Amino acid sequence: MFIFTPRQIENNNWVIISPLISVIFTIIIGAFIFKILNYPVLESLYQVFVSPFSRPDRIADIFVKACPLIIIGIGLIFCFRANIWNIGAEGQFIFGTLCAGSFALLFPDNENKFILVLMFFVGFLGGAIWGSIPAILKIKLNVNEILVSLMLVYIAMLFIDYIVRGPLRDPMSFGFPLSKPYPDGAIISKIHFPGIGFLGQLHYGILSIFVLAPLAWFLINRTLPGFQIKVFGSAPKASNFAGFNKNKITFVVLALSGGMAGIAGVIEVSANMGKLQPEVSFGYGFTAIIVAFLGRLNPYGVIFAGVIIATAKLGADNAQMILGIPKVVTGIFEGVLLFFLLAGETIQNYKISFKRKT
Amino acid sequence: MANKKSLIIIIVLFLVAAIFFIMSQPKDGKKIASDETTKVGFVYLTTPGDHGWTYAHDLGKQMVEKHFGDKVKVSIVENVAEGPDATRVIRELAVQGNDIIFTTSFGYMDPTLKVANEFPDIKFEHMTGYKRTKNLATGNIRFYEGRYVQGVVAGMMTKSNKIGYIGAYPISEVIMGINAFAQGLRSVNSDAKISVIWANTWYDPVKEADAAKVHIAEGADILAQHTDSPAMLQIAEKNGALGFGQSTDMEAFAQNAQLFASINNWGPYYIKKIEQLRNGTWNTGDGPDHWPGNTWGGLSTNMLVLSEFKNMPDDVANKASEALEGVKNGSIKIFAGPLKKNTGEEVIPSGKELDDGALWGMNYYLEGVIGNVPN
Amino acid sequence: MENLLITILLTSIPILLAGTGELISEKSGILNLGVEGMMLTGAVSALGSVLILGNPYAGIFFGALAGILISFIFSFFTISLMTNQVATGLGLTIFATGLTGLIGEPFVGKTIPSLPKIEIIFFSEIPFLGAIFFKQDILFYIAISMIVLVHFFLIKSRFGIVLRAVGDNHESAHSIGYPVKKIRWICTAFGGMCAGMGGAYIPLVLTPHWSEGMTAGKGWIALALVVFASWLPFRLLLGALIFGGITILQFVGQARGWPFPSQFLNMLPYLVTIIALSLISIKTRAGNIYVPSCLGKSFFENN
Repeated sequence: MFIFTPRQIENNNWVIISPLISVIFTIIIGAFIFKILNYPVLESLYQVFVSPFSRPDRIADIFVKACPLIIIGIGLIFCFRANIWNIGAEGQFIFGTLCAGSFALLFPDNENKFILVLMFFVGFLGGAIWGSIPAILKIKLNVNEILVSLMLVYIAMLFIDYIVRGPLRDPMSFGFPLSKPYPDGAIISKIHFPGIGFLGQLHYGILSIFVLAPLAWFLINRTLPGFQIKVFGSAPKASNFAGFNKNKITFVVLALSGGMAGIAGVIEVSANMGKLQPEVSFGYGFTAIIVAFLGRLNPYGVIFAGVIIATAKLGADNAQMILGIPKVVTGIFEGVLLFFLLAGETIQNYKISFKRKT
Repeated sequence: MANKKSLIIIIVLFLVAAIFFIMSQPKDGKKIASDETTKVGFVYLTTPGDHGWTYAHDLGKQMVEKHFGDKVKVSIVENVAEGPDATRVIRELAVQGNDIIFTTSFGYMDPTLKVANEFPDIKFEHMTGYKRTKNLATGNIRFYEGRYVQGVVAGMMTKSNKIGYIGAYPISEVIMGINAFAQGLRSVNSDAKISVIWANTWYDPVKEADAAKVHIAEGADILAQHTDSPAMLQIAEKNGALGFGQSTDMEAFAQNAQLFASINNWGPYYIKKIEQLRNGTWNTGDGPDHWPGNTWGGLSTNMLVLSEFKNMPDDVANKASEALEGVKNGSIKIFAGPLKKNTGEEVIPSGKELDDGALWGMNYYLEGVIGNVPN
Repeated sequence: MENLLITILLTSIPILLAGTGELISEKSGILNLGVEGMMLTGAVSALGSVLILGNPYAGIFFGALAGILISFIFSFFTISLMTNQVATGLGLTIFATGLTGLIGEPFVGKTIPSLPKIEIIFFSEIPFLGAIFFKQDILFYIAISMIVLVHFFLIKSRFGIVLRAVGDNHESAHSIGYPVKKIRWICTAFGGMCAGMGGAYIPLVLTPHWSEGMTAGKGWIALALVVFASWLPFRLLLGALIFGGITILQFVGQARGWPFPSQFLNMLPYLVTIIALSLISIKTRAGNIYVPSCLGKSFFENN
């Protein structure tokens, strides 16, 4: 029988080692799956996990794909640290995008990039509003935030659908559901490297990661609210004893993570689509949950996690192009990876020893 | 430290397993494409498992493979979201040296255009969009033509005079289909009415099934759909109602309920365009340059075909064949005046006909449809 | 009218079954967010087994079995390894969505015979009600009787009391000598079985073919139902009917040409879920005696 003994001291190395081991184990499970499905194992693994790094523009595209995941993931860190389960980031992303996009479309001829700053603000606000609905219901009525935030995803999807097919539809789109293009000022441009040109779809929005991650790190580790969130999540009784305001923390983390999802949406749409369409998020809000966990709820960790997940997604596309491997396998990888990570957490918190049953 | 030991043992076991797999890897005999081989890429919105839209494209792809055999090498990518992923995947297909790339959903319009501008030597074919350039052609099918024939059959087969129609989204493409259905319906039966349920999804079998059940419960005995799954027909089959298949022949799902299906026959179009590419005559089509699809083919060009007429008496089948022939040879003009909206307002007077542009601007129902277009 | 009511009832069955299972597992203190994934697994296994064996009743068995098996993954992580239940449940759904997509690929484009309707003699003769309640398939009867059974099991039986004790205070239950972990394993497996059957209902009765992710969020609705029902079985039935009713009602509204944008009518089921959850919480705010106090908490067995 296995015996679990709680560890007294946190094992710091393990924080870094366990995600790495999880990734390695997932790759090995992947090899099993490819073998069972009768695909060439090495070639498949190469396509899924290595090929996305094989060209500069592919590497650039990894970051493009990872960008929304990382930004949403950074927001989710706050929630998950506080033990608040926001699984509706997808809806917050959509609503934030919709608000910012509608705002941008109010100024059809604007060429001034300042509008982007305002869009970030509006997008953040939109996402925060959507995120604060489950917060308020939880605070006032003690309603489960998991279910409310999830239901709000469906509502946001239908709402943007209505807006893009109705009030904001471009009259020149032959009845197809697209908004008018954003004004030039609202577009985030692609990065032009002197002498090389564009690399994939790499855009300036990526840079926001390198602002947001340190900011989040600072908030979590160097400020009182960050400390309160941590205590509130890991030791609610102690938090209560210390007199931390439970409702305030709940509201702030949900609104903040919603706002971050909104910002992710503004960047994603302004950089890549330049208009509103019925679908603006493609499961980013859900995938970001795994990213936040894989990053061990650490902003810098989330950057790595986002890159790893994005790599696998890009790799899955390549693998299908070259080898015809069905893309659903990425879902299996994500699930397995999450399982390993969680098991790793157990190993971090408990010593496991083996004892014969007596 | 027993726990570390067991951990190490587990890791070692896994590594051994991994090595085992590497050793047992089969040698993959990659075929090197010769100069003669045309490389063709396809981008799918979902998987062929939708039984509808993407499945129809996949059948087209299979026809291409069968027709050209070794002369083409086809790559596909499924489940490509209509955002930045699409741009990346299309570009990746271009970089990998595909000579022609078919992107098979409306939402790939801007991504395809973007990549087409970057790769002027590669030909792009976007299905159902309206933006094009010198190396980007667009193809579309006159889906509504088949729906006219559906209307004729429905009008003759209905006993309750109630037709249940399930639409995906209230966009012009779907609305012109409903209106064409209404025109066919009214040509044989002036009492029957169409009621429309919008599913707000192209593909959600359970939802489509629920909508179909509601139509039947509300008294409809003939069902038609502009969504992709065979769920509606399965419900019709179970409840003794009749209906029409969408995109592909769905007879396998409803032997007794499917009257016929309008089949999106992309294969010949794909084959034609690849053939043109191979002999150097590829062009962006000869249709007018401003509507969705500068190749907008229908029944007469076999881009839309109807499956065998079944589960109906001979006189209905004959009438349906007549209507089919009429639409094919142009003797039946579906949207010829006098046309009235279901509010009574006149669209065009007798002697005139709606042009293609007017079809793409449809945001109203014609006579014979209940309710208003949601807006 | 009659047809509409039957439609509503049948639409409610998958969420009712899944909700019943989740109710038991939550009563034991396990919050399993993997319901959606377990339903998908049940759906694909049911369809596959009917395709292979040709008998729709096999689908019920294999759907339930698959649900149990996949719930073991969840139990192993959350109960044995004490991982976070929320995250593990999410992981299970993501994993199962991918897995079922892979397993289901060969089943695409095939259709299966539906579960036959069974008339219950005498009762089916009752005007109006007879056709609605007593001319349905076996899973329908199982789902309804399960509610009654679960009710009496929880309230009356000794096991029910033990189960509630485990969910309310696992430490004292453990000190009295109840095998907390074993009971949770069993309850989670029951949850898996019910979710598997609920998923199986979709291809076996509602739409007899396979498509990726065909449960389309029903698992999440089932989770909401349990909260809505305040962990009371009969209220679960009520909630399932309300939800099914609204799902169908919005289509009726459209078919009759109600002047609302269809998107807003489509939103109704989700809006109503949120509102219902809020209302129920107002009522029970003073302290819901039915909420298992240890819901979602891992139990660490100190030897």
